[in-house]
Amino acid sequence: MNKIFTSLVFLIISGVIVLGLALPIPNIPALGDKARVLYFHVPMSWISVLAFFMSMWYSIRYLKTKDHDYDIRSYSCAQLGFLFCILATATGSLWAKFSWGSFWNWDPRQTSIFILLLIYGAYFALRSAIDSEDQRAKLSSVYAIIAAVTVPFFVFIMPRIVESLHPDPIINTQGKINMDSSMLTVFISALTGFTMLYLWMLNLKIRVEKINYNKLSINE
Amino acid sequence: MLLKNSYLVFKKDLSSELRTRYVINSLLMFVLVTISIIRFAIGDERADNEILTGLLWIAVFFTSVSGLSRTFVKEEEKETSVALKLSTGSDSVILGKLIFNMVLTFSLNALILLLFVIITDYQIKNLPGFLIVLVFGNLGLVSASTIIAAIISKANSKGTLYPVLSFPVLLPLLITVINATKLASLGVETDKLFGEIQILISYFIVVTVASLMLFKYVWED
Repeated sequence: MNKIFTSLVFLIISGVIVLGLALPIPNIPALGDKARVLYFHVPMSWISVLAFFMSMWYSIRYLKTKDHDYDIRSYSCAQLGFLFCILATATGSLWAKFSWGSFWNWDPRQTSIFILLLIYGAYFALRSAIDSEDQRAKLSSVYAIIAAVTVPFFVFIMPRIVESLHPDPIINTQGKINMDSSMLTVFISALTGFTMLYLWMLNLKIRVEKINYNKLSINE
Repeated sequence: MLLKNSYLVFKKDLSSELRTRYVINSLLMFVLVTISIIRFAIGDERADNEILTGLLWIAVFFTSVSGLSRTFVKEEEKETSVALKLSTGSDSVILGKLIFNMVLTFSLNALILLLFVIITDYQIKNLPGFLIVLVFGNLGLVSASTIIAAIISKANSKGTLYPVLSFPVLLPLLITVINATKLASLGVETDKLFGEIQILISYFIVVTVASLMLFKYVWED
């Protein structure tokens, strides 16, 4: 089962990389070939948000059950989410350089991903500042939940303050997807492929963290 | 019963504060130092309201970051938290500390605003709107800072960790409140600030409810 899953992830991602770079792109005003970043940037951003809320979910489960397994899961989600968050920031920033003229110009979308990076950073800083295992699990769970209830405010606040220049083929007011069918196919496969990659990495990460945790408790 | 106990926790904090001046003295000096740094940074120039509002909120943010954590850190440092745990439930502790922090923040902010207006010649064209925004902004600021203070009081390196943890959580509030106070100081009518005030109120309610639900996990061992 695991082998099939791994080879499927490998196939989809290689297909997405090849097709994403090679397939002709329909003429989109002001975007053109730069639109190809969509196949990589959007899945990264989606996974960084998904990992954030999964981390919150496992934090709630931990506080309810006090089962250390959930804390390990929550921590693993946050670590992978941080990785994907950096990738999303980097790809978005590269794209911004060639479309908007600068790597960073505090567009509302850039500000929100910056907050997400800060929250992940603060979460890791908190974890490393607590010695006792139980306290660390408990306090970082509480922090993850507090952070998660404030994040949605960005969705409502930022558009009120500044107009975003970010293109929105997925999340727009009409609720339509403005993509032609070949692009849509590659895009959907990129989304599935990277989400599967994330789940596969998460599985590995959780197993490694569990081994580390057990080793620590044996040494004590 | 809950309200009475929270009032008692508040009264205990207030009277111990008045006896020892554990927080107030250093905070008053902090406010003075911050305001004079702003004065020397600006010099004799007349700065725009847009810049001045930002400076005002820098003073407010760092004063609350340096002061609001003390209520919980004090309990851990003086090892009184066990006694407090024995005397009352976690809900009344968080409510009492919230009320105490609110009283502290409101009085400090009144002082900051007064000094700031005197020193920088800050013109507020719509004063009632400005004060309404300031009050609701402070409510959210206090409730988020208090639960984070409870979290960091159990961690090492409390002083540096506090701004790191509270900044990302407070940022949605800060962006809204800075924008709204700027608009009010430029003379925008209060009913046009209604959207911002709604955001501030909902932030306050969401964070307070979350802290009331989560505080028992932080407080009880």
